[in-house]
Amino acid sequence: MIEVEHITKRYGDKVAVDDLSFVARPGAVTGFLGPNGAGKSTTMRVILGLDAPDAGHALINGVRYGTLTAPLSTVGALLEARAIHTGRSAYNHLLALAQTYGLRRSRVDEVVDLVGLHEVARRRAGGFSLGMGQRLGLAAALLGDPDILILDEPANGLDPEGIVWIRNLLRGLAAEGRTVFLSSHLISEIALTAEHLIVIGRGRLLADTSVRELVDQASIDSAVFVRTPDATRLRELLAAHSVSVAAGSGPGRLAVHGLGSEQIGELAAAHGIVLHELTQQQVSLEDVFMRLTGESVEFHANAPASAPADHLELAA
Amino acid sequence: MSTATTAASTATTAAITADALPARNRALPLGRVTQLRLVRSEWTKLWSLRSTRWSLLVAFVAQAGLPVLFAAVKMSRWGQMSPADRASLNSIDIAGAGWRLSQLAIGVLGVLVISGEYSTGMIRSSLMAAPKRLPVLWAKLGVFAAVTFVTMLIATFISFFGVQAVVSQHHIQHTLSDAGALRVVFGAALFLTVLGTLCTGLGTLLRNTAGGIAAFVFLILVLPGLVEILPTPLNDQVNEYLPSTAGTGIASVTNHGLHLAPWAGLGLFAGYAALAIAAAAVGMLRRDA
Repeated sequence: MIEVEHITKRYGDKVAVDDLSFVARPGAVTGFLGPNGAGKSTTMRVILGLDAPDAGHALINGVRYGTLTAPLSTVGALLEARAIHTGRSAYNHLLALAQTYGLRRSRVDEVVDLVGLHEVARRRAGGFSLGMGQRLGLAAALLGDPDILILDEPANGLDPEGIVWIRNLLRGLAAEGRTVFLSSHLISEIALTAEHLIVIGRGRLLADTSVRELVDQASIDSAVFVRTPDATRLRELLAAHSVSVAAGSGPGRLAVHGLGSEQIGELAAAHGIVLHELTQQQVSLEDVFMRLTGESVEFHANAPASAPADHLELAA
Repeated sequence: MSTATTAASTATTAAITADALPARNRALPLGRVTQLRLVRSEWTKLWSLRSTRWSLLVAFVAQAGLPVLFAAVKMSRWGQMSPADRASLNSIDIAGAGWRLSQLAIGVLGVLVISGEYSTGMIRSSLMAAPKRLPVLWAKLGVFAAVTFVTMLIATFISFFGVQAVVSQHHIQHTLSDAGALRVVFGAALFLTVLGTLCTGLGTLLRNTAGGIAAFVFLILVLPGLVEILPTPLNDQVNEYLPSTAGTGIASVTNHGLHLAPWAGLGLFAGYAALAIAAAAVGMLRRDA
């Protein structure tokens, strides 16, 4: 169980995390989502006691990380920036960590086999590919058989096979009753693994919700596009249902918010209105993510200016 | 269905009492971080890097071999030397002078043992495993100091016997029981050990290999030259209290007009090292990793 309570962290003038609170519970995979620079890694470093927050605190099973007596058995972490000496072999890296805790050498062999690094365990970590580095980081995280896993972009650099492998591994670990907390900037990836989502942008909490709720909410919010020769009459009928109707892109076209395509179709049929088109806008998870974080993206590409809200129409 | 119920009740319990853990079969017994275990970990860390092994090898060869080479050169020129020059040659001083070269390797290694962790990010792994931080620094200093002292002591003994064997052809050799001989042998190893820990302190403060080595070179090699610019006798008075001058008096039986006794000088040098380490410890506790 991870409890983050009103954490604020500044680096100079820049506020990296701004009054952030959330909880990650045992037995579930909690996704931590946000664009690059949103403060995900900073939040994780604060949870792990590496960075001190300017306000608030983070608790691991009710205590601060710094006061844990059995840190490796409580929390295993994989940080985005590699935390491995490039001159040391994977085996010796894990052995040095295991020794701080009195773990057996055989445990090092176990985690090496678990992440599939057996062949390269005696090679210097500096020569590892991104994917191998991620596997080594994961091995270090699993070393102490921890209750809680904190993983910063664990799928980074893994090939498709590796991504499926880590997804199943993390789900399995959560099913054993562990708290799994993982960050990503890709909602499609995290939605396949996580049940719960914490979304942040510019250091602030944007959403604390389940993946399912987020998708449901998104389709309620999305528009239904209608094309009819009798647009004026349909518009009057819809107005009585306290929904918002906007003129679509062309004559006889309407964009309706607040009513499903079923209701609109039934309403039109009841009043004998001919419909030429009735389309429920398909909202992808990326669209939801873009809408949530649109205004809080730290590093915009130098694209033609378009308000974030326009994105949904463009995608449709 | 039963799974869902269990998960729900687990979440509720956890929400009420934060320390309540879900029942999970542990594959491993719960351990504890101890100072001794951190020492073992730092021992593994030290020897599992090529840079460590090379630095120690260079320091060992320099500390054991350079004085013997120096003595051999002097002996080959014995015929051309004036009686005064011959009289000024002290075989104990020659045996203890290896630090002039070995200090470079030990100083660089002292910086590297910690700056290597900061530059690669390894320090985060170390501090996640041992979140109280300072025990990591103590373990690192302890292991590095012990390894440096033992290797440099053995090297200086080799140097001592080697030099005496070489100079015996002109009968100016000494034995370990001669006045100051043992002090020089142990003192040279102690000076290098203290120097190494001073450099680890600098490396911890600066968190950067290049910066740490620059600070070490400035403090030990450049500063004495700068002080020479001061008017006489102020330059000599200040020089005596500089880290390198104060610390190396112990590795020689000839007093070069210094007021500080050998052990007092080493004490002062250790004081400088303690200062650097104290500053490093405060920085390590207060700053983000």
